[in-house]
Amino acid sequence: MTAGRPRGDERPTTDAAAGTTPPPADAPIPRQRGGPSAAGDQPVPAARREGLWSTARRLRRLVPEATKGIGVTLLLALVATAGKIVIPLVVQQTLDRGISGSDGVDLGFVYAAVALAAAAIVVTAGATYAMNLRLYTASEGALATLRVRAFRHIHDLSMLTQATQARGGLTARVTTDVDQMSQFLQFGGVLLVVSTGQMVVATCLMLVYSWQLTLLVYVCFIPMVFATRGFQRRLSTRYVVVRRRVGDMLGAVSESVVGAHVVRAYGAQRRTAARVDQTVEAYRSAQSRAQVLVASVFSAGELIASVALAGVVLAGVALGVGGALTTGRLVAFLFLMTLFVMPVQMLTEVLNDGANALAGLRRVLDILDTPSDVRDPAETGAHEGAKEEHFRASSGRAETGSHEPGGRDLPAGVLDVAFERVTFRYPTGPPVLHGIDLRIPARARVAVVGETGSGKTTIAKLLTRLMDPTEGRVLIGGTPLTEVRFSSLRGRVVMVPQDGFLFDATIADNVRYGRPDATDAEIVDAFERLGLTDWLAGLPGGVRTPVGESGGQLSAGERQLVALARAELADPDLLVLDEATSAVDPATEVRLGAALLELTRGRTSVTIAHRLSTAETADLVVVVDAGRVVQLGTHAELAATPGVYQRLHDSWSAGIAAL
Amino acid sequence: MPGSGAAPNGPTRPADVEIPADVEIPVDAASPVDAASPAGSADPVDAVGPAGFAQAASRVDATGSVIGRGLRILRLAVHEEPRLFALSVFGSGLFGLATVASSYVLGEVTQRIVVPSLRDGHAAWAGVAGAALLVFAVGATRAVGMFFRRFAAGVLQYRMQAHYRRRVTRQYLRLPLAWHQRHSTGALLSNANADVEALWAPVAPFPFAVGVVLMLAAAVVLLVATDPLLAAVGFVVFPLVGVLNYVYSRRVSPLFARVQELRAEVSGVAHESFDGALVVKTLGREADETARFRGSAEALRDAMIRAGRVRGIFDPLMEALPNLGVLAVLVVGAHRISAGSLSVGDLVRVAYLFTLLAFPIRAIGWVISELPRSVVGWGRVSAVLTASGEQTFGGARLAATGPARLRLDGVSYRYPSPASEAPASEAPASEAAGGGHARGRPAPAALTDVTFEATPGKVIAIAGRTGAGKSTLVGLLARLVDPDAGAVRLDGTDLRDLAAGEVTGAVALVAQQAFLFDDTVRANITLGADLSDDAVWDALRRAQADRFVAALPDGLDTEVGERGTTLSGGQRQRVALARALVRKPRLLVLDDATSSVDPRVEASILARLRSDAGASTVVVVAHRRATIALADEVVYLEGGRVAAHGRHDELLVGSPGYADLLTAYERAAAGAAGAAPAGTADVAADADADLDWDELGGGGELGGDELDEGVLS
Ligand SMILES: Nc1ncnc2c1ncn2[C@@H]1O[C@H](COP(=O)(O)OP(=O)(O)OP(=O)(O)O)[C@@H](O)[C@H]1O
Ligand SMILES: Nc1ncnc2c1ncn2[C@@H]1O[C@H](COP(=O)(O)OP(=O)(O)OP(=O)(O)O)[C@@H](O)[C@H]1O
Ligand SMILES: [Mg+2]
Ligand SMILES: [Mg+2]
Repeated sequence: MTAGRPRGDERPTTDAAAGTTPPPADAPIPRQRGGPSAAGDQPVPAARREGLWSTARRLRRLVPEATKGIGVTLLLALVATAGKIVIPLVVQQTLDRGISGSDGVDLGFVYAAVALAAAAIVVTAGATYAMNLRLYTASEGALATLRVRAFRHIHDLSMLTQATQARGGLTARVTTDVDQMSQFLQFGGVLLVVSTGQMVVATCLMLVYSWQLTLLVYVCFIPMVFATRGFQRRLSTRYVVVRRRVGDMLGAVSESVVGAHVVRAYGAQRRTAARVDQTVEAYRSAQSRAQVLVASVFSAGELIASVALAGVVLAGVALGVGGALTTGRLVAFLFLMTLFVMPVQMLTEVLNDGANALAGLRRVLDILDTPSDVRDPAETGAHEGAKEEHFRASSGRAETGSHEPGGRDLPAGVLDVAFERVTFRYPTGPPVLHGIDLRIPARARVAVVGETGSGKTTIAKLLTRLMDPTEGRVLIGGTPLTEVRFSSLRGRVVMVPQDGFLFDATIADNVRYGRPDATDAEIVDAFERLGLTDWLAGLPGGVRTPVGESGGQLSAGERQLVALARAELADPDLLVLDEATSAVDPATEVRLGAALLELTRGRTSVTIAHRLSTAETADLVVVVDAGRVVQLGTHAELAATPGVYQRLHDSWSAGIAAL
Repeated sequence: MPGSGAAPNGPTRPADVEIPADVEIPVDAASPVDAASPAGSADPVDAVGPAGFAQAASRVDATGSVIGRGLRILRLAVHEEPRLFALSVFGSGLFGLATVASSYVLGEVTQRIVVPSLRDGHAAWAGVAGAALLVFAVGATRAVGMFFRRFAAGVLQYRMQAHYRRRVTRQYLRLPLAWHQRHSTGALLSNANADVEALWAPVAPFPFAVGVVLMLAAAVVLLVATDPLLAAVGFVVFPLVGVLNYVYSRRVSPLFARVQELRAEVSGVAHESFDGALVVKTLGREADETARFRGSAEALRDAMIRAGRVRGIFDPLMEALPNLGVLAVLVVGAHRISAGSLSVGDLVRVAYLFTLLAFPIRAIGWVISELPRSVVGWGRVSAVLTASGEQTFGGARLAATGPARLRLDGVSYRYPSPASEAPASEAPASEAAGGGHARGRPAPAALTDVTFEATPGKVIAIAGRTGAGKSTLVGLLARLVDPDAGAVRLDGTDLRDLAAGEVTGAVALVAQQAFLFDDTVRANITLGADLSDDAVWDALRRAQADRFVAALPDGLDTEVGERGTTLSGGQRQRVALARALVRKPRLLVLDDATSSVDPRVEASILARLRSDAGASTVVVVAHRRATIALADEVVYLEGGRVAAHGRHDELLVGSPGYADLLTAYERAAAGAAGAAPAGTADVAADADADLDWDELGGGGELGGDELDEGVLS
């Protein structure tokens, strides 16, 4: 029976004997660079040496519908398999009894047997068809769900975790890694099921004919079974490498495409080509290495099969001579052995696809098992269940209010902000913020200024909870950010990042991203409020002008205008602008500044800008230097006090002053 | 986690040691990049397609049927890797022969050894042992055949994939930026990965199938020799297999085309969405993005199921056919035997032959069923490989050294309208995504009739409002694109006449948005050029980046992360600036290259540039006087035209638009000063309650003065 199973270790092996332990091949999200990291406190799923079953269990846990209706499918598989055995048996019987029987050809018997076999063929084909359909439908459905869940989860990961992965690599997890699986299921899955079934049935029949010989066959295969344990481990390690190489390759290709203009401007084509080639080659060689393993192991299997066959001839004759076996039985047994061995060939054809698919699946599962270190408090408490539900709710099949989400909403009305002894360090470096204490009153318009690299963007990211402080806490409206539900936080606190990203859609669609139900007219209004009507009028399609991939069909300044309008439409109570107008021309910037001043009147706003025109009109200027708040006050006060701000402002005024 | 701690550089890597896996690489994989073409001969990067690819491609495309086209594609693989192909066919043949032989041997052994031994009750052990050995030998031969087939076919497939991936990605580097703008990154990733994979999917089972075809031929010969009537059964069954395959491939190929298209779409959505992850996060739009992705993923799922449905019929039919053939053989055979014109032994042999063929014949099915996918992959891959429009180069070289002379003569440029040039095949996808909102009217030209000259060593500032065409102009100077009309000349030579490598050797452009590669700081600056650390540090100093780089954990060897994520905006920009400065270009082009640095650092950078003045001709896009103060002349653009050209002080007086632009901050500052000290009543109310300025070490009390009106009027 055991040999009929997909070979190898179903149980996650626990022996950690030195030397035999393969390296943990794929931590959920391998950090690319060394150094102390926040990864230390992430539970690392025991992925590396996990067996087939535990992968299957993980899959089932995450995508329960994967195994829905599997019983019927397996039943059909059983029918299909049984049919496969019936046919050769009937053929053999016909030859033995109908044609070469004692009284010559028995046409009646032949017809009956052939009719029976034909019926078996029809039933088998029908069952196979039905099984295929069920398998495709179920597996594709499950994979689509898996894809979507992985996609969602990647978005739920914290910004820092996302940043450790090349975007091409992340894309791989929801594309090619899943495709591998579907590919395998469509092409090899059926074969795998039927072949293993065939081995099982053949074994049973072999036992009927001669248990001694069956034993012999299995004895021959025992070393093979042992070898496969190690082999399966090695194979899956190799395919983990293969999948990772695909990710690397996509990362390199994506970089060469996204950075196309730099590559051209610096004539770096050769170098880029070399880098891409290197990843292509690494991928190929990883594939080949896995292939060699598959080819050698299955040839070895074939070799063992022939040893077994030779052994059966020898032992069969010995048994027969001793009278323990009849000629008919021995011949039948030999015949059955081909049925037993043939699946081995079939498996050869699909098993490396299978291992590849499995490695892909594990990568997807790994990312799903990577906890998000900046979690929505609405989901905490009821961990797994809550997540499931959250997902389902977002997928539209809402399950109405079965339990109260955790966390709280921000208080209504204007919001103030407080940083309490906030220290922050990125996983890969030294601390960049040192014990920041800062209070921003509600409705204040705050300008954050400081030298480049002083930590301004980092403050903005903490303020919008893209990351959590290493120490200390951030409060908005008196509520610690870690307790605020994302649904409340994201609606009321909006940041326009340093490089505002645009999607490949129209201007209107991009602006609407800030508020999905906005009409075109409202969008035009938003531009009008920002004083950008003229600009909009100059565009060939108005708000319906497509912006191209990443907004590439707009100028850099225009992209920022769209990002600003997006934030304006979102109408947050706390607006954070991180150099949101750095590429806009002075005249427009000043006009925008005035408009924003109006618009932020009822709101709290935090503006980071190197152009100190913003600071000049702010209620409060926060001067950051080397990760500390060193000065605080109005422009007028600070400009009059010797210090960082005065120096910055002097440079600034010199820059704008007359020649 | 316990147990995984020692992992990353554990002492042994069992997976890597035991089989010297890749015995075969040397031929081409080594380094197609550096090997070829002496420096600057033709293209900045070589095409790696085999000679005559275009012809081969057109021959493939000219073939009518899907199967025919698929077979032609396979022929390409045979041509390209003949030795591997031969090896795998050899393995497959060996395997096939051994398979046929094994049936024969087993029959003989049964007849001659087993039956007599058991009948007689004693065995001639030498004979039995010999028989067993024979059985083993045949099986071993099969195993050897299997190894070679499997190994060589796999390696063949992977090599073909790698060849085409290299070609496709090389093409990405050759094709113009305009082409890139028409294709999403996600789709290009899909071309390089999923489509190439689909393209060569049939290659793995192909040698097996070829071996099977040989086997079939042998089987037919055997059949005809045995009994013509039984052979007739074979002649019915085998062609039926062909017909079935034909029908199948016709039905399924449009379905697979759709699948590949949707794969590209899924990849596109995912890539874009992850690219914009920050915006998604800050606006809390994860659920909507997921819905968008789900739309594509489910469309893909449905397409896969549709294709699977067809395949689901085809597979069992392919399996049933040979079995039905066996039954027919039995019926016919029984009649022939009862008529006395066939021996039982012959019938047994033929029936057994059919049974044996049942499995291998499916290998043909595998190939055939992969062909439609392959053809679809081909279509998508060859569209990239045959795309044209890469820049052509002349043969002229720049002899001079020192600062260059730049001249623009009546330069005009209009961005190609994306809608009109999108290939037909992409129409459905983009329509689905974009909802059919074409640009209302044709976009105006980005640049019209731009003419100016920069004498060597001078600094020219380009000024203009947002969207005036500054970046477009600057891109023309570095020959990122070529003008539609007019010419850009360097030392009097049209850029288009210069040999490859000349422009990039003389001109360095710092783009408006700094792009860093996922590599070290050093590599981002040298970009592979052979530059000493001294030179790199010097450039960093001039870009005011030396201090922060020195403070990075690994200095120059610090990895900056994808697109430089581990650096601040201003740090990225300065690394990009150093990348240009280190080259000591003859023409330095800065596109608002200090927009993300603070005023002090900006002033220092400008001071350095000023002190180096004369070493390069400099074109600088600038908004602020600090930068414009560097310039000897200013070109002021308005709507893509040169609205004014001259010295700064001349323009201030002569061009109202320019004056308006340049004095904006000043006027704003004056306005603010008028209303200062800043502070508002709104805040003041809260301030008393919430803020304790002294505790925070702030600069003073919040003033109670109003800042409500006329700040900027
Ligand atoms: N993801 C990251 N990983 C490691 N270090 C980082 C990361 N992001 C930023 N840093 C470092 O943190 C410091 C502060 O960066 P931050 O982006 O907050 O600066 P900033 O004040 O916004 O500068 P700029 O004005 O140039 O935008 C810098 O020294 C930077 O190198
Ligand atoms: N790829 C493109 N396709 C179509 N139109 C484009 C494309 N890139 C830019 N444009 C348009 O061409 C015009 C000039 O753009 P350009 O980027 O040269 O402006 P710019 O002067 O550099 O502006 P900024 O100061 O904002 O950087 C803009 O109106 C822009 O919308
Ligand atoms: Mg910043
Ligand atoms: Mg620009």
